[in-house]
Amino acid sequence: MNTPDHLRYTPSHEWVTEPADGVVTVGISDFAQDQLGDVVFVELPEVGRKLAAGQAAAVVESVKTASDIYAPLAGEVVEVNQALLDAPEAINADAYGDGWLFRLRVDDGSAWADLLDAQGYAAVAEEG
Amino acid sequence: MQRTPLYDEHVALGARMVDFAGWQMPIQYPTGIPQEHLAVRQDAGLFDVSHMGQLRVRGPQATGFLSWATLNDPAKLRVGQGQYTLLPNDRGGLIDDLYLYRDGPRDTDEDDLLVVANAANVAAVTAHLQDLRRAGGFDATVRDESSSWALLALQGPAAAVRLDRLVAADLTGLRKNRTVDTSLSGLPVRVARTGYTGEDGFEVFCRPVDAPAVWGLLVEAGATPCGLGARDTLRLEAGFPLFGHEFDRDSNPLCTPFAWVVKDKPAYGLEAMRARPCDRRLVGLVLEGRGIARGGYHVLDGDGRRVGRVTSGTVSPLTRRSLAFAWVDAGLTADGTSLAVEIRGQPVPATVTPPPFYSA
Repeated sequence: MNTPDHLRYTPSHEWVTEPADGVVTVGISDFAQDQLGDVVFVELPEVGRKLAAGQAAAVVESVKTASDIYAPLAGEVVEVNQALLDAPEAINADAYGDGWLFRLRVDDGSAWADLLDAQGYAAVAEEG
Repeated sequence: MQRTPLYDEHVALGARMVDFAGWQMPIQYPTGIPQEHLAVRQDAGLFDVSHMGQLRVRGPQATGFLSWATLNDPAKLRVGQGQYTLLPNDRGGLIDDLYLYRDGPRDTDEDDLLVVANAANVAAVTAHLQDLRRAGGFDATVRDESSSWALLALQGPAAAVRLDRLVAADLTGLRKNRTVDTSLSGLPVRVARTGYTGEDGFEVFCRPVDAPAVWGLLVEAGATPCGLGARDTLRLEAGFPLFGHEFDRDSNPLCTPFAWVVKDKPAYGLEAMRARPCDRRLVGLVLEGRGIARGGYHVLDGDGRRVGRVTSGTVSPLTRRSLAFAWVDAGLTADGTSLAVEIRGQPVPATVTPPPFYSA
């Protein structure tokens, strides 16, 4: 399973970068994109929207199903990946790079360390 | 859970297997649904449809019986010709949709038709046909011979060229809806120029024991293995119904774009069907906004009232258009009518558009 060590993860399959100047980048894991299959539509949150941890923030829709994406940490949306609106397949091709979904200015950067590390997430994902 | 004779081939190719109508079937290969879809539109795709059922109706009144039991007209079929048809119940709805192939001349002792049914409905179709035959006293037998057949579909503009190299018969002269019993690399096969994708193509019936060899030869010939996912996006784009979605036991085909199947001759259940008004009609929808209209989603009119239900929807990998079928209140079903589909609480504009959404 492709789970880069420098990221943190959620049981609902989001990945999160370490806060840099209080901002994190969020996407879905390689495991999640593989399970979803070919992504055909993405709905992204509005910039400026305030999200609670665990709140539905985006939707990733594949041929098979539509899946809610949750805010892994509380914060405010500061940027979204507009390129995905025209090229949602980037999520399949590059889940940890071009397939990023949105950036959050988090309320509490220290909460990042409490998310799942790569090993912990891999164990959760393998359990299904 | 049943496995087709090609189960090991699917697993070896890395297919994602799912439960479908009691069968373990490939939903997609690592290629992915959009690429499989495009392979069929642009070249040739290969499907395992061995889960589908085959029934044999044979005897001097085989045609007379099926003429009574089904809504199309099997008397019109010549030997070696096939036809799409519908199997009605007695309440103005349907038991299944079927394909019939004539194997023996009608109204003779050799009168003989092969019936292809949906996997989920084989038992119900068999029981219904046997009951109806008995009740009408028709001189014919109805036998489920599904276990004697494997079925592969080779579909796409290059299907004829790729298959022609492998089979003994000359396929260039084989017309749509015609069948030929021939051999493929020495293995006995029946080739029918039929399909469910909107492309030129063939369905290849063979013995289960020969299925892995036939599959392997067709893959070697350049056909792209395709799963049920692409089969669904292709049939929807081509405007074909899927039983259990567009059609079910309550669906009156006279209220659908498939009313052409129903011929003007006596048939079981036809009076009940004609007596039922079309409160709702089955229509095609093209969404003007983003998102997929999935089965069960509500259809809305201009005032936001719920006026129908989506039966199936997808986004076309070919055109990226978001397409759907829906049952909608009659009166809102004229071509070009502006409606909406409620997707996650939001109305997404949609236009009533007659299927097919694609023509080869």
